[in-house]
Amino acid sequence: MADAVIDLKHLVKKFGKQTVLEDVNLTVMKKQIVGLIGPSGAGKSTVIKTALGMEVADGGSATVFGQVMPKRKLLARIGYMAQTDALYDSLSGRENLKFFAEMKGIKKTELGESIDHVSSVVDLQDDLDKRVSGYSGGMMRRLSLAIALLGNPELLVLDEPTVGIDPALRRQIWQELDAIRDEGRSILITTHVMDEAELTDKVALLLGGKVIAFDEPVALKTQYRVDSIENVFLKAEGEFK
Amino acid sequence: MRTFAIMRRVLKEMMRDKRSLALMFLAPILVLWLMSVIFTANSTTSVKIGTVGVTTSVSTNLDQVKHISVHHYVSQKKAKQALKADKIDSIIHKTGDDYSLTYANTDSSKTSATRMAFKTALTQANINQMKLQLGVAHQTIGKLQKTLPAPVQKRLQSQMPKQKKATAPQITNHYVYGDSNTGFFDKMLPILMGFFVFFFVFLISGMALLKERTSGTLSRLLATPVKRYEIVFGYMASYGILAIFQTIIIVMATIWLLGIEVVGNVLNIIVINLILALVALAFGILLSTFANSEFQMVQFIPVVIIPQIFFSGIIPMDSMASWIKDISYIIPIKYSGDAVTGIMMQGKNLSSFGLDIGVLLIFLVVLTFLNVRGLKRYRKV
Repeated sequence: MADAVIDLKHLVKKFGKQTVLEDVNLTVMKKQIVGLIGPSGAGKSTVIKTALGMEVADGGSATVFGQVMPKRKLLARIGYMAQTDALYDSLSGRENLKFFAEMKGIKKTELGESIDHVSSVVDLQDDLDKRVSGYSGGMMRRLSLAIALLGNPELLVLDEPTVGIDPALRRQIWQELDAIRDEGRSILITTHVMDEAELTDKVALLLGGKVIAFDEPVALKTQYRVDSIENVFLKAEGEFK
Repeated sequence: MRTFAIMRRVLKEMMRDKRSLALMFLAPILVLWLMSVIFTANSTTSVKIGTVGVTTSVSTNLDQVKHISVHHYVSQKKAKQALKADKIDSIIHKTGDDYSLTYANTDSSKTSATRMAFKTALTQANINQMKLQLGVAHQTIGKLQKTLPAPVQKRLQSQMPKQKKATAPQITNHYVYGDSNTGFFDKMLPILMGFFVFFFVFLISGMALLKERTSGTLSRLLATPVKRYEIVFGYMASYGILAIFQTIIIVMATIWLLGIEVVGNVLNIIVINLILALVALAFGILLSTFANSEFQMVQFIPVVIIPQIFFSGIIPMDSMASWIKDISYIIPIKYSGDAVTGIMMQGKNLSSFGLDIGVLLIFLVVLTFLNVRGLKRYRKV
């Protein structure tokens, strides 16, 4: 597939004797938001880490932008937000953004503009010069998301981005994600919030180390003959056991 | 480029942690000052000796020895009571021609001081005895000579060596380094200086990287196209700068506050300590990967840091078993200690410590390599 941004084929990942991923197939196309849902411990983060090249697959292949991961240079084109906030407490929001922008290799001339843009997306402009140690949990989450958005990456990989974020801001963030998609960029997002999964273009349901369902939310609902993704999730989990 | 950005960030973080900064700069000065006070005060121990049945000549001689005072007791029993009551530190008891010595031995330095003083006193007494006897012999010879016929007397006199007036030889002390007050502390200082640099850089850098790992910022950092060596070098640059300042402050305190003489070039000392700090940094980063919490990092202090003191050369290694000496070859502080001692006390140049610097650099290169490789655990490329 020419337009596949992430292409995971028969991915196997073991930690010691424990097999976390048995056979994961997942494709994220250009201009697409893909949601990855599954119970905790299903291996959602492992899928992400393998796609980013932090872990190496024990079997199968992980291809990003048509190149087999792990590949360091590709990371410049990916915005990643981990489950933990991963911020430098003693630095201010702006200093955090500036540091990661430098790490991503964003040009000095574009630095200020980029920081202004991402901080307005997450509504942090007024708090940028406060130290992160004084931030609330939600503010940290927003700053963390802003860091992932830096430099307009072609691919965003977001691990539970909206935990602890107010409903109003969450809606704003989803608007931004939609806008990013409409610009032709791609997003892989894991979530626990099932009505968020409804907002994606495609939902992958990860269970027992396999993607047991991967389709548009509407199609999944018809397939399982239920009215929400939450019920799809519950039904699939019930069938699996 | 990224290396500098990481260096700037680490420095900024350190500058905002005022307490750790104060610890790094003020704690060494405080400890050095305390040690200088304690070690100079401790060099004179005064000893009280109880004597039973000892001849006056011996006991007067004992009394004349510096820091020794003598108390006479009538019986062994009385003396023992005094010893038990901690009034005296040892007993010298003479029975017939033999002496028996009893030490409280609660302080080994006092025991050896007593032993030394007693030996000196006894030798002195013997010499006096001999002098006395010699005098008697001389007189007898003189008397005998007079009874001889005159020609024989003359011949004898010409053969006799001319008797010089016996005078005690004058002893003048010259010190290549320091003065008569130079003591154990001065020998320890160059090594201690290295120890402080090593200890604080090891601990603080190890903690910093550990925090970076547990907070997830390391993963996030590695999710950018940063090269692994750029992270390690960024840390090296920032802690190198910190170590330079720390060394300058310690050296200044040493010279101005403690009044210790530095013969060599202060710059050379800074160079050595900078290399040592980088070794400590690489060491701290490496070990932090084996720790899961800050407490576990602290647990490395007794295992890794304390043994360094023992093998660093503070305690003379010459008399130790060879296998113990061999251990010291893997102790970084030993090399910096050797070099800084040479610079501080003998004013040698850096070039005389090519071997020491070389070994430190080997440590540095190997550890740095391991660190850059070790980051592969968190990102596979």
